[in-house]
Amino acid sequence: MELQTLTYLVVGLTFALYIGIAVWARAGTTSEFYVAGGNVPPVVNGMATAADWMSAASFISMAGLISNMGYGGGLFLMGWTGGYVLMACLLAPYLRKFGKFTVASFVQERFYSKTASAVSVLCLLTMSTTYIIGQMTGVGVTFSRFLGVSNDMGIYIGMAIVFSYAVFGGMKGITYTQVAQYCVLILAYTVPAIFIAFQLTGNPIPQLGLGSDIIGTNVSLLTKLNQVVTDLGFGEYTTALPGSRLNMFVYTISLMVGTAGLPHVIIRFFTVPTVASARSSAGWALVFIAILYTTAPAVAAMARYNLHATMTPAVKTGSDIFAPEGSLAYADKPAWVGRWEKTGLLKFKDLNGDGRIQYYNDKSKNPAFLDKAAAAGWKGNELTVNADIIVLANPEIALLPNWVIALVAAGGVAAALSTAAGLLLAISAAFSHDLMKNIFLPDLSEKGELLSGKIAMVFAIIVAGYLGLNPPGFAAGTVALAFGIAASTIFPVLMMGIFNKKMNKEGAIAGMLAGLFITLFYVFAHKGLFFIKGTGYLNLIGGANSFFGITPEAFGTIGALTNFLVAYIVSKMTPECPEHIQHLVEDVRTPRGAAKSVEGAH
Amino acid sequence: MDKSGQAYWQAVLKLLAGVLAVWFLVSYGCGILFAPALNNIHLGGYPLGFWFAHQGSMYAFVAIIFVFAKLMGNLDKKFDVHEE
Repeated sequence: MELQTLTYLVVGLTFALYIGIAVWARAGTTSEFYVAGGNVPPVVNGMATAADWMSAASFISMAGLISNMGYGGGLFLMGWTGGYVLMACLLAPYLRKFGKFTVASFVQERFYSKTASAVSVLCLLTMSTTYIIGQMTGVGVTFSRFLGVSNDMGIYIGMAIVFSYAVFGGMKGITYTQVAQYCVLILAYTVPAIFIAFQLTGNPIPQLGLGSDIIGTNVSLLTKLNQVVTDLGFGEYTTALPGSRLNMFVYTISLMVGTAGLPHVIIRFFTVPTVASARSSAGWALVFIAILYTTAPAVAAMARYNLHATMTPAVKTGSDIFAPEGSLAYADKPAWVGRWEKTGLLKFKDLNGDGRIQYYNDKSKNPAFLDKAAAAGWKGNELTVNADIIVLANPEIALLPNWVIALVAAGGVAAALSTAAGLLLAISAAFSHDLMKNIFLPDLSEKGELLSGKIAMVFAIIVAGYLGLNPPGFAAGTVALAFGIAASTIFPVLMMGIFNKKMNKEGAIAGMLAGLFITLFYVFAHKGLFFIKGTGYLNLIGGANSFFGITPEAFGTIGALTNFLVAYIVSKMTPECPEHIQHLVEDVRTPRGAAKSVEGAH
Repeated sequence: MDKSGQAYWQAVLKLLAGVLAVWFLVSYGCGILFAPALNNIHLGGYPLGFWFAHQGSMYAFVAIIFVFAKLMGNLDKKFDVHEE
């Protein structure tokens, strides 16, 4: 069967499956719409959390970025898994004991203030909208390749589908749909990785293949890859740093802390049956996540090797890469190059007019290499590969069978849809329940609440879609910005709510606002005001990454520190936290007496 | 909070400190700060520092959570604050 037909078929089948489940379990009342009844077992909950969590950023974008970044890309791997340790140890069990239904209602009760709750909703909405922009970028890549249309068109179609999907399903449908989505996306991720690992190293387990020798030689894959990339003027794969070691350090902290403060993931731990199972639920979620995350570095390294071996066949044979026949002739390009050119995400420009593809680092810091390249008549890098296409193109680059390529497309769609839908629900709950019903319109009927939630969803989708057309970065980079916002606002307020019983409402509010403000200030300086291109103000802060070389994606760490510091100082200068709240916090610290199931605020 | 409640909370904080120390060591320590030194050692085809950043830390995280859940369960029982 032809590739395109097969792709439609596989994507269509998986889609029918999700929608079928969503219809079958269609949500009834509002509390069912947001949180699927309190009876989800830890393993199932873990799997659904994993699907919810692993978005377009993890599935489509991350390995591509690691592929480009090399060792430094490990910050995504450690950052997006290490946060679960913080969540399991510091937050989940206590939030479960607290027995509230959303992050905002926790903040309201613990900090005895509707203002604090409203500020937390503001932070949450900012964070979720940024997150969805990243998802839309990924959705655009997937749909453009899958339908063979331009990237912009892909985003429009994706917007429509994500919206109807989120409005249709509701959380109850989504919990079970997400189990199905997890299965599809993990198969789609691991099957090609197994194929490629076997092809390259003879070891079918990607995690081991990455540490093995290239088949038929006694040179390890990573040693060979290091040599290939340095030959082409890039930094060494196993040691390349993202800017600096300090930046890698704070970037990782920002992602970890942000993960632990992610409202749409935290909400899952409100619904487990007991406090003890809140701890292990996070562990199960991480098991299912780690299956993908430990495969990703293998996908990244192997895709990088295959890509260079395709474009510069000389690196494979060890012959002279600067000889004319060392580079691939454009006329001999494999079919996948043409397919991706159509999306506009892969571009070839024959700068020196020799009809061959020179794909190398023309900004190399190695003058000897640049001299050789110039002597060979190379006039600059001729191939631009958008990092977000690596995972989807990976099986094509390795010339795997068509059904594997179709499966990966289905996985990409699953990943993008599941998280976008989960996030839209978090936005809709925060807006309609925590903001409208709770603060502005207490008389709002259940029907009105659902309606205002759906309006919030439409609004979020349009904003995210619009900004997704001109994204502030690759999908994973944009998502990292969202984590920075979560790190600098939600995580500190939850931490202080549990571990500092004297923290008062003034401190919490000032802390959140300070964290949010300073993080957005630094991010908008780089990425434009509200992410609108061309409105950045870099000269105001003294140039890009001017704060100790820290990139905006990593700045959440500084935001979190600011939050803690401001909250502490303000709380010392304002009236102490009331006695009964201090007792409440002491009570939260022990599991005994936890409610059997969490009551909604109805 | 009564005496046993305070003792329980102190024990919890101590356990947390231990767990987070291991968490820090495998990721920020072995994966980032000491990675250049560890890269001189090889694990199969992996330089060790690179392995920690791209593989090892994640295995460790999974183990840490389950060990933590188990130890916390024991503490809850010891201080008789577990759920019925």
